[in-house]
Amino acid sequence: MTRRLRAGEVNAGELAEAHLDLAERQNHAFNAWLSIDREAALAQATAADGRLTAARSQGGEAIDALHPLLGVPIALKDLISVAGGQCTAGSRILEGYVAPYDAHITERLRDAGAVFLGKTNMDEFAMGSSNEFSAYGPVANPWDLDTVPGGSSGGSAVAVAAYHTPLGLGTDTGGSIRQPAALCGVVGLKPTYGRVSRYGIVAFASSLDQIGPLARDVRDAATLLHAIAGRDERDSTSAPVPVPDELLNLSSSDDEAAGRLHGKRFGLPREYFVAGMDPDVERRIMEAVSALESAGATVEDVSLPHTDYGLATYYIVAPAEASANLARYDGVRYGPRLGDGDVLSNYLATRGTGFGAEVKRRIMLGTYALSAGYYDAYYLKAQKVRTLIKRDFDEAFASGIDALVAPTSPSVAFRFGSKLADPIAMYLSDACTLPVNMAGLPGLSIPCGLSEGMPVGLQLIGPAWSELELFRLGRGYEAITSGADWRTKEPAQLARADAPNAPSPRERAATLARE
Amino acid sequence: MANLSRSDVTHVAHLARLGLTGDELARLEGQLNHIVDQYAILAELDTDAIPPTAQTIELENILREDVAGPSLAVDDVIGNAASHTDGYIVVPAVIGGDEP
Repeated sequence: MTRRLRAGEVNAGELAEAHLDLAERQNHAFNAWLSIDREAALAQATAADGRLTAARSQGGEAIDALHPLLGVPIALKDLISVAGGQCTAGSRILEGYVAPYDAHITERLRDAGAVFLGKTNMDEFAMGSSNEFSAYGPVANPWDLDTVPGGSSGGSAVAVAAYHTPLGLGTDTGGSIRQPAALCGVVGLKPTYGRVSRYGIVAFASSLDQIGPLARDVRDAATLLHAIAGRDERDSTSAPVPVPDELLNLSSSDDEAAGRLHGKRFGLPREYFVAGMDPDVERRIMEAVSALESAGATVEDVSLPHTDYGLATYYIVAPAEASANLARYDGVRYGPRLGDGDVLSNYLATRGTGFGAEVKRRIMLGTYALSAGYYDAYYLKAQKVRTLIKRDFDEAFASGIDALVAPTSPSVAFRFGSKLADPIAMYLSDACTLPVNMAGLPGLSIPCGLSEGMPVGLQLIGPAWSELELFRLGRGYEAITSGADWRTKEPAQLARADAPNAPSPRERAATLARE
Repeated sequence: MANLSRSDVTHVAHLARLGLTGDELARLEGQLNHIVDQYAILAELDTDAIPPTAQTIELENILREDVAGPSLAVDDVIGNAASHTDGYIVVPAVIGGDEP
């Protein structure tokens, strides 16, 4: 796309129109978008075309100096602040809120000249693994419209998988980029904590949240990471670690990319093959492991002994932090005020009605875990176990392992409603992803095949700041599987999304609930 | 076994300023106990000598020069409030009147 834009074979305006048309036409069927901003997008595309034309008239060097994302359409999860636009975080409690400023990553993407098609649907306040907890309706998976795309970045994952945009941004606190990437058959990266500035991103759990790219291949994801990563003074947790330019130069040659796998040491953590994992998902993972070995890498068994404590630890730490971060939503400064009595009753009514059930559940858990008499037993204990979880990873990498290879999700995309009866059933979707957030490490999910026609994701986990290496390994895996039959398959139900009377995801979910 | 009572749940809801219906409180009582039961597994681990991890970034005391920079436009910010006038956010009075 970049090459064609630079060559003038296609202009940014046409590109934007084509993607907007597709997104608008199919949004009834997918509900991936909470807002599609045609006017703003076309204005950005026009500006991009101006820069492209100017560079072409100046010749070679000027063209090479253009940002790779200039004129490229992108989807932004609706908790990323875009000045003058909505930022609902998938919640009613921020309905009507207009962001008065750009997030740091928004500024970076504006400078690059990317074209913002709109804001994507998500689980409310990023709490969920299926996008079923959005106040604005669920999202359908293009591989099977009766199934979920995963969450909480379900909208961005679908936008990419359904070709509405080549690139998307999501956030990942316990798996919310990687798991939907796996379920939708796209690439998703959670960077090292501190790699990307969280300034202007609606906060869920401040020691866990990271923003990251979703794309249809590894090279695109790496390009997007490069565009948004790096120190920002306005986020004091954003690290002064240099962002390697090699992220823009991952190999385009399959042979060269595959060659990088030779001699690499992968660790396969046995605890990640969790109880209840789909056996066919496990088979795809083990096939991927064999492929890596055939390419000259070694894959050895390792143990991360505290993995099984991850769920309990995460579901103390994350809700605790969320209970603090969500205290600000009180109907005073932004969002609807849903009471008309005294201050206290306004708080109770606004928060009681404006938040959905899952968010209220987590606020309650977090408040409880931090409350007098329980803080030591729960929150402090969880922070200590977090240290043990992190040490497991540190020790594995210290022993010479280049990266861990594991499943991203224990199952493929599941039907609407199938995990709603017991909150813990939903939480278990993230069993393989949340330890990585607890340790603050980078994790990449890449497609590794299909199970009964539904995508399976392979997860690569590396030491802190090793995104370039993870992308190289992922690119190598893409190279050695480039001829695989499963790579020829498109999301099976894309065409159905064009039907003007296709049921909405909300309608599908309701039908399934009645069955 | 976790044993949050209805009054525990009501207390936590009040701390969190969440106005919950009777149905919600009943449902949450069951769900919270079920989830808190999962926390029991952590007691298996001896963590007396383990330091807590608050965040993984290992940066400390990130400061900047105390220099004022541009702020957001007042109208853009105040304009988001459900009730505002003259550049002020309007809320029900919290002080004065017939206080008990």
